[in-house]
Amino acid sequence: MSKLGTLGARLHRGEIGYDFVGKRKIWYGVSILITITAIVGLAVRGLNMGIEFQGGAVFTTEKTSISVSQSETYAEEASGHDAIVQKLGNGGLRIQIAGIDTGKSDQIKQELAKDLKVDAEKINADLVGPSWGDQIANKAWQGLAIFMVLVVIYLAIAFEWRMAAAALVALIHDITITVGIYALVGFEVTPGTVIGLLTILGYSLYDTVVVFDSLKEQTKDITKQTRWTYSEIADRSINGTLVRSINTTVVALLPVGGLLFIGGGVLGAGMLNDISLSLFVGLAAGAYSSIFIATPLVADLKEREPQMKALRKRVLAKRAAAAAKGESLEAPVVDERYDEDDREDDDATPAVVGPRAQRAQPSSRGRGRGRPSGKRR
Amino acid sequence: MPVRAGTSVTGRTKRENEKVAAPKKGRQGTQGRPGRTLALILIAIVALTGGMFASGHTTPRLGIDLAGGTSITLQAKNEPGQKNAINPTNMNTAVDIMNRRVNGLGVTEAEVQTQGESNIIVNIPKGTNSEQAREQVGTTAKLYFRPVLTTEVSGGDPAASPSPSASSSASTGSDKDSDKDKATDKATSPSTTPSATSSTQGRAVTDALKADPTPSGSGSPSSSPSASPSASTDPATAKLQAQYTALDCSKKTARAKAGDGVKAGDPTVACGQNSQGQWQKYILGPAEVEGTDVDKASALFDTQGAAGWKVTMDFTSKGAKKFASITGKLAQNQSPQNQFAIVLDGEVVSDPFVSQALTGGSAEISGSFKQQEAEDLANMLSYGALPLTFTEASVTTVTAALGGEQLEAGLIAGAIGLALVIIYLVAYYRGLSLIAIASLLVSAVMTYVIMALLGPTIGFALNLPAVCGAIVAIGITADSFIVFFERIRDEIREGRTLRPAVERGWPRARRTILVSDFVSFLAAAVLFVVTVGKVQGFAFTLGLTTLLDVVVVFFFTKPLMTILARKKFFAEGHSWSGLDPKRLGVEPPLRRTRRVSAPVDTKEA
Repeated sequence: MSKLGTLGARLHRGEIGYDFVGKRKIWYGVSILITITAIVGLAVRGLNMGIEFQGGAVFTTEKTSISVSQSETYAEEASGHDAIVQKLGNGGLRIQIAGIDTGKSDQIKQELAKDLKVDAEKINADLVGPSWGDQIANKAWQGLAIFMVLVVIYLAIAFEWRMAAAALVALIHDITITVGIYALVGFEVTPGTVIGLLTILGYSLYDTVVVFDSLKEQTKDITKQTRWTYSEIADRSINGTLVRSINTTVVALLPVGGLLFIGGGVLGAGMLNDISLSLFVGLAAGAYSSIFIATPLVADLKEREPQMKALRKRVLAKRAAAAAKGESLEAPVVDERYDEDDREDDDATPAVVGPRAQRAQPSSRGRGRGRPSGKRR
Repeated sequence: MPVRAGTSVTGRTKRENEKVAAPKKGRQGTQGRPGRTLALILIAIVALTGGMFASGHTTPRLGIDLAGGTSITLQAKNEPGQKNAINPTNMNTAVDIMNRRVNGLGVTEAEVQTQGESNIIVNIPKGTNSEQAREQVGTTAKLYFRPVLTTEVSGGDPAASPSPSASSSASTGSDKDSDKDKATDKATSPSTTPSATSSTQGRAVTDALKADPTPSGSGSPSSSPSASPSASTDPATAKLQAQYTALDCSKKTARAKAGDGVKAGDPTVACGQNSQGQWQKYILGPAEVEGTDVDKASALFDTQGAAGWKVTMDFTSKGAKKFASITGKLAQNQSPQNQFAIVLDGEVVSDPFVSQALTGGSAEISGSFKQQEAEDLANMLSYGALPLTFTEASVTTVTAALGGEQLEAGLIAGAIGLALVIIYLVAYYRGLSLIAIASLLVSAVMTYVIMALLGPTIGFALNLPAVCGAIVAIGITADSFIVFFERIRDEIREGRTLRPAVERGWPRARRTILVSDFVSFLAAAVLFVVTVGKVQGFAFTLGLTTLLDVVVVFFFTKPLMTILARKKFFAEGHSWSGLDPKRLGVEPPLRRTRRVSAPVDTKEA
């Protein structure tokens, strides 16, 4: 831990750090690759929709002594799909199996009769409709759309539109990957899956917002200095929140991993797999995208702003000058300052209020504090 | 966010703190009285827990996938004259409507699906009032407003003819399938006042009740109507007249058959109960306003009249126009033809009369409803009529859709996961993890208690996805602590001592927590408002845990942190406290210079 603590300290001071923004192209590439795989998987294999969405067959048996879990195994073997088995009040069983047409249902009925040792004539087979009607699905989509619009508006107000756009991209990225993995693994999509996806939706945004919050804080007075470009500060703010991101992800993933690997894997609880897999993949993707995708994307967008371009020019010029002189960066340089308080909302026409002498910061480099922010106020 | 006076610490105070790590009396008030906040939330928890035990519901109600429940099979009935009514479209519409009715608030976890071509299965979790649910899903709720052409008391005991002063129109039976005990049950409240008032025109209609529209019937089924339908010549009317004459409303079978299969545009015969509990029969004109013209309906308690619970309906703009026109026409007629009947599933539930056109766009059904009945009826009217009529084919209990071992495996796995989280927190945050674990514990207790309490109050049922959602919520809740802790550690790394670090780190952490929780809550709120069924149930759980997260962080974690920051163990940065400056990588010399040069002030976000 002490090593981790020191690591945290060094990350905090900016002594070490991973160049997230600088190496963004690699990560964009990785993400695009994964996303394409996911989309291809989705297109080729399609989603395996559960009985709640597409309906299926229901078999009702007479009183039987076979246990529910045993008949579930039989039913899944006979059909190759997830089965829902319930014991009825009269001792009979109700077995629901997804994605079966009439022809196959007769065959399964025979197999079930053999397995359950009941007369095939006494198994009543019927087709069931989805319990998740179109209406529920449509309303869920509608809700999703409204939420996305609202959240983009909110982020645009609370932060800025670039962050809203980046958060949205990260969100879509996470959901695509999760859905793609579902298609590739071939697990059945149940209401649990959908709910898992919706959880990810909230979590992914949550995670992104935490990183953005730190980014916003650190870039508050960015134009008042000429030491760092936006991308560099974005990098520092990611590194600064890295410990938090790692901790949060670990804490969120541990219980879900427990459900997935121990509950689903070792103890063999089928339905748990469906939910915890979508959660596990989604949470991991959410944590990944808020660091590797969302923030670099914001930096990319930001760097296109004329103000930030100007800043970059100044920073580079200053560095070049410093390098030429062979002196430290702390040589007295007159900083330019943009006197525009809410420039984040208004990125048009930066008003230059002329050079203004600013306190040189001899100590700040020594401590390596990457915070040109409002701490000095 | 308001600036708290005490959060600003000057450099001088800070130096003092450095020397004297123990709390100073003078500063207590400035840190928001953490002890008091802490006591408050603990009292709240104890009160909630006490409430839970007092109510006797010590476990949350479990959904059908975890606890099983009751399965009702409803079979669509073929009605004469509507041959192809049982088709997939109508069945799906019926499923949607039943889903809304039975899932009212969206947290009950009931399931509705079609089976075969003409059956609908409704699964309701254990602990739901299945009787009520059966009525909710099974009632067709076809509502018509029809003008009354003629009416009289039908069948029953001739001796119990209505007194002249009796009002004509109290209505009771809301459900024709329900049993005859209704007659006695409902008649206990003879003072029921029927009314169909517009909201703007007050109680104009009830005044007209002084006139008695009821023909003082002999009670014999064969008695001739006092007011015969106007056009008595054509055969259809004659047939209706004959039907009316033969109708004996005191017989359940006759009641059930009366007006069966009649189209909305045709006149019909119907039965209804008056305030004495006597059955009255009617000839009713074509429907003028239909249930689809009702925008929404709600149950409310009439505090002024003696009507008790009643159901008010707001019409759509089209419906309001129709209603105004029918009431205007009726007001010019003589009794009983100035009455209109509110017909629900073929039974007259209310037959108020009208003295003038009602243009307010709303109407109400009164009768001696119990609260539950009024609410159910309002619920059914709001979600519309089923396109088909259903009969109950079977009712049976079902076991959990997920085997018991699934839940068990889930719980074991969840517990192992939690244990890992705790180990991780202890390994990384050491002493600080105590605060995190205590906060998680408080959060867990509150979630559990509130869920248990919501079971009986709003029918909240917990299903497996919700349990998984709660497990993810561990992550989101723990994140709030982690954000806070990391802030504090950052402040310590910049050379502050613990107490200023806590006070300075808090506003920043607070902003992050609020902003990110707001996003989560927004997701929950939008999904809850827009969606139906299980998604709504999920949104509810998400919103609840998010709110609790904020509550716990603000009223538990922060005060606890403030208090513990005064303890020597933490303030001096014991190597096991998780706040040891050396372990955090603080370099002592820097601390000194920093302390002198920079006054510490709290930046509000």
